[in-house]
Amino acid sequence: MQFMLLFSRQGKLRLQKWYVPLSDKEKKKITRELVQTVLARKPKMCSFLEWRDMKIVYKRYASLYFCCAIENQDNELITLEIIHRYVELLDKYFGSVCELDIIFNFEKAYFILDEFLLGGEAQETSKKNVLKAIEQADLLQENIDFQMRLFAGAAWSSLWCQREADL
Amino acid sequence: MPAVSKGDGMRGLAVFISDIRNCKSKEAEIKRINKELANIRSKFKGDKALDGYSKKKYVCKLLFIFLLGHDIDFGHMEAVNLLSSNKYTEKQIGYLFISVLVNSNSELIRLINNAIKNDLSSRNPTFMCLALHCIANVGSREMAEAFASEIPRILVAGDTMDSVKQSAALCLLRLYKTSPDLVMMGEWTSRVVHLLNDQHMGVVTAAISLITCLSQKNPDEFKTCVSLAVSRLSRIVSSASTDLQDYTYYFVPAPWLSCKLLRLLQCYPPPEDGAVKGRLVECLETILNKAQEPPKSKKVQHSNAKNAILFEAISLIIHYDSEPNLLVRACNQLGQFLQHRETNLRYLALESMCTLASSEFSHEAVKTHIETVINALKTERDVSVRQRAADLLYAMCDRSNAKQIVAEMLSYLETADYSIREEMVLKVAILAEKYAVDYSWYVDTILNLIRIAGDYVSEEVWYRVIQIVINRDDVQGYAAKTVFEALQAPACHENMVKVGGYILGEFGNLIAGDPRSSPLVQFNLLHSKFHLCSVPTRALLLSAYIKFINLFPETKATIQEVLRCDSQIRNSDVELQQRAVEYLKLSSIASTDVLATVLEEMPPFPERESSILAKLKKKKGPGAVSVTELEDNKREGGELNGEGDRGPDPAAMASSNASTPSPSADLLGIRSAAPVGAAPTSVGSLLVDVFSEAGPAAPSAAVNDDGFLSSASPSEDPAPPLSEADELLNKFVCKNNGVLFENQLLQIGIKSEYRQNLGRMYLFYGNKTSVQFASFTTTVSCPGELQSQLNASDQTSGTTGRGWSPDPTGTQHRVLTDFSDAPLLNIKFRYGGALQNLTLKLPVTINKFFQPTEMTSHDFFQRWKQLSQPQQEAQKIFKANHSMDTEVLKAKLLGLGTALLDDVDPNSENYVCAGVIQTKGQQVGCLLRLEPNGQAQMYRLTLRCSKDSVSRRLCELLAEQF
Repeated sequence: MQFMLLFSRQGKLRLQKWYVPLSDKEKKKITRELVQTVLARKPKMCSFLEWRDMKIVYKRYASLYFCCAIENQDNELITLEIIHRYVELLDKYFGSVCELDIIFNFEKAYFILDEFLLGGEAQETSKKNVLKAIEQADLLQENIDFQMRLFAGAAWSSLWCQREADL
Repeated sequence: MPAVSKGDGMRGLAVFISDIRNCKSKEAEIKRINKELANIRSKFKGDKALDGYSKKKYVCKLLFIFLLGHDIDFGHMEAVNLLSSNKYTEKQIGYLFISVLVNSNSELIRLINNAIKNDLSSRNPTFMCLALHCIANVGSREMAEAFASEIPRILVAGDTMDSVKQSAALCLLRLYKTSPDLVMMGEWTSRVVHLLNDQHMGVVTAAISLITCLSQKNPDEFKTCVSLAVSRLSRIVSSASTDLQDYTYYFVPAPWLSCKLLRLLQCYPPPEDGAVKGRLVECLETILNKAQEPPKSKKVQHSNAKNAILFEAISLIIHYDSEPNLLVRACNQLGQFLQHRETNLRYLALESMCTLASSEFSHEAVKTHIETVINALKTERDVSVRQRAADLLYAMCDRSNAKQIVAEMLSYLETADYSIREEMVLKVAILAEKYAVDYSWYVDTILNLIRIAGDYVSEEVWYRVIQIVINRDDVQGYAAKTVFEALQAPACHENMVKVGGYILGEFGNLIAGDPRSSPLVQFNLLHSKFHLCSVPTRALLLSAYIKFINLFPETKATIQEVLRCDSQIRNSDVELQQRAVEYLKLSSIASTDVLATVLEEMPPFPERESSILAKLKKKKGPGAVSVTELEDNKREGGELNGEGDRGPDPAAMASSNASTPSPSADLLGIRSAAPVGAAPTSVGSLLVDVFSEAGPAAPSAAVNDDGFLSSASPSEDPAPPLSEADELLNKFVCKNNGVLFENQLLQIGIKSEYRQNLGRMYLFYGNKTSVQFASFTTTVSCPGELQSQLNASDQTSGTTGRGWSPDPTGTQHRVLTDFSDAPLLNIKFRYGGALQNLTLKLPVTINKFFQPTEMTSHDFFQRWKQLSQPQQEAQKIFKANHSMDTEVLKAKLLGLGTALLDDVDPNSENYVCAGVIQTKGQQVGCLLRLEPNGQAQMYRLTLRCSKDSVSRRLCELLAEQF
């Protein structure tokens, strides 16, 4: 995999992970063009497209698009399921994940991704094992750190996005 | 409330993020961010030492600001400080910042590497993983230098935790990708390969990515992985869906690992060991079988995972391309997917079938789905799926379905998405040419292309149709008629005007007999488009007009009137003005003979690879045109220049003196030396004495206008004839004009005329380089006994300048008696200091001196019987090397010089010819019978001549032609 992007329906980038060395300028250009291309596609269209010299695999979950760029010989369907497994991991960790979880806890989203994919390849595909690793890390934090609670989330509740049915 | 408070919360960060989200405008957001940046900067610069928590919080805020798309130019040092914190959470944020934001600041890299080194040796698996993740995320060369030797050790050490092994494997893979020279597997190779046997599925999953990448680069060192991969795959494929616990995904056992195993096997040829191969074939069959089983779950994840494995298995089957049974099964499976309700599956099936189409075992099976694919092209709602369908049609096209596929693609073009039109046009053009049985179909197709998608028809496409029309005289009349009709449309594309102008300029005479397309009608039609065209097209049309003056003297006055008008002769475009002036002058001062020579029909183009194919390849990347192999790009490039610029404007080549370079001047324009009036005169005089009975003329001489005759002539002996000389010679048995020879430097065109026992041959030397050749000499000689059989003499007025020589070399032949060898042409010149010395055979063959003899069936058989001595007959049975098409055969037999006799042979499939060869001393009567057998693709050729040596020689020559 060359990179993974998460962006909202409004085209706001929520998470970016690059597995190939590119300059910031190139990254911004790719992001801008790809987000535009994917958002222009209609709902029932196929999840794969050829783009530049890569294949793009994307899927929309509620308000968020998950989009991966893979190489030509890579398998599209299994990439689609990589996306799904990542969504499952986020969902399990946050409990009914939504876009706001990823905005406010972007660092967690990165940590989970690093446990699941490393260097663009699947490192651990077992949901249990990935979550175990993350929970262990959280445990380390709880023990060492002073507990700071986030302020009440009630004020945001109206903003919660609807979770996609199959999550 | 959502569980966002897991782990530590950073209240300040959450407040900041909320603030940003509440910003009503971009300006407000930037203001808020700048305020925060100022705050963080002052905190970092302040004298009060920050505690770890604050540092972490601020670094995290910076990261957030960066991810919003703003530049961050500070905070790196604080992040590096966090790495050495003993609090996990601070370390983790530090690593995250480095992973996302690090740039090649060498000072910083040293510090980072230090921290990583400490964590790697900490023996704390959580810390080790963090450090490995960081290396894998950054993957810089400096990191490879520092850790490439350390990580393999961690990977294979017995006491390394599984999770660390997984990270180490992928970390190494990333380093190998950035700096392969620094990652030395050496002693670790076999232990890494054996990770495929690891009990922990996660370790295998991670390690196999590394092994696959290493295998691609060093297949031999890693080839033991094949049998291990097969047995691992076999265990997974045959396991029940619950055996693998959490590695089972929606009832599919270990889909990621299965796909990776199948991918790894694609780095190798089929296993040689029979047992391993048997086991693998069994796996592939099981995978194909499972595709037919009812799904265990309705979830799309289940079918995706299952089909991901299936597609990977099919890729492997295609890669092996050796199991017809599996290939056909794969094709049938994909055929089912073509009609699946899931768009994704239809897309992938079309894509995968494209590769199946190029396998000889499955090509036919793929073709059975043609209707479905055509339907997909018409009805799919997603352009990327339609694109795949078009690709597949292109891949499955062959002689049997070309007409249907081309027709479908053409009708699709009318509504096709703009994004894929150009590619579709190229594909249609290639298929039409490749599978053209009759060239009128080809011409129709290309003209349709221009009509439907004129804007997308690139130069290569319309150059090509002109090249083909010029090279095939059987289609010229049709092309003229069709293009004339196409131009009747009130609005036609400029490309159509170009093709029309060119073709009517060359072959308008072929339809001029019809009053509806009389010369003036043709001219008025072309000229009605003139004012709407761009400058290059107008220039082309002007050339067509001057050609008209030659073809149809009755149009001279009208055309001169047009050329004389101010908008032409005083045109602000220098090229148009120059053409108008020169053509006007040429038409008024040159005699008809001179005009006829200068404005003669274009000589055939050299037969070369289609440049369209090269263009498509460039567009699609290698592999896209797998069916037809392409030659290297260099040649293609040269060809584009050569043909391209010759393509649009031959008339200018013959007449314009390229004294003023102008933006649209032809690259192949004539050397400036020959004034328009002078050159034709010399050619004219040559023509006059073509058939004079003069004996052997002056000995060979090199004449050139650069006066280098005085310099020492090359003294080397002529080179022996080129190995392909005979082959080149064979090309000309049935035709008199064409390109005799071509290499990177030089092109030699030939034009010849024969009457009775005399022949005259013009050789045109084209210098393809940008520099002049020095000491250019040509010599014609008759080796051995040929001297007594044929008088050959040459009158050279060669050229060494750039481009085509306006004055050809003339060679005269006088045949004294029958002969079998060919005269030799030796060419010597200096290019870049090196002497070029090459010898060719001149295509003077005995059949050139044929006089056709018409006779009745009765006469023919009477003479046939008279020539009944065994040595008078020569017979050969041979396999067809070229098309057995009737028209093609007839054209060849006529080109041979004999009369083609109808109604002689009782079998109408057979061809019968008669002719007399004229030599000085005697006449040799020849009878020929050619019996084609279309089913067996064979011919039987029989010749009876009054002289036995002639029978044998003709038989040899002709056997190569059909």
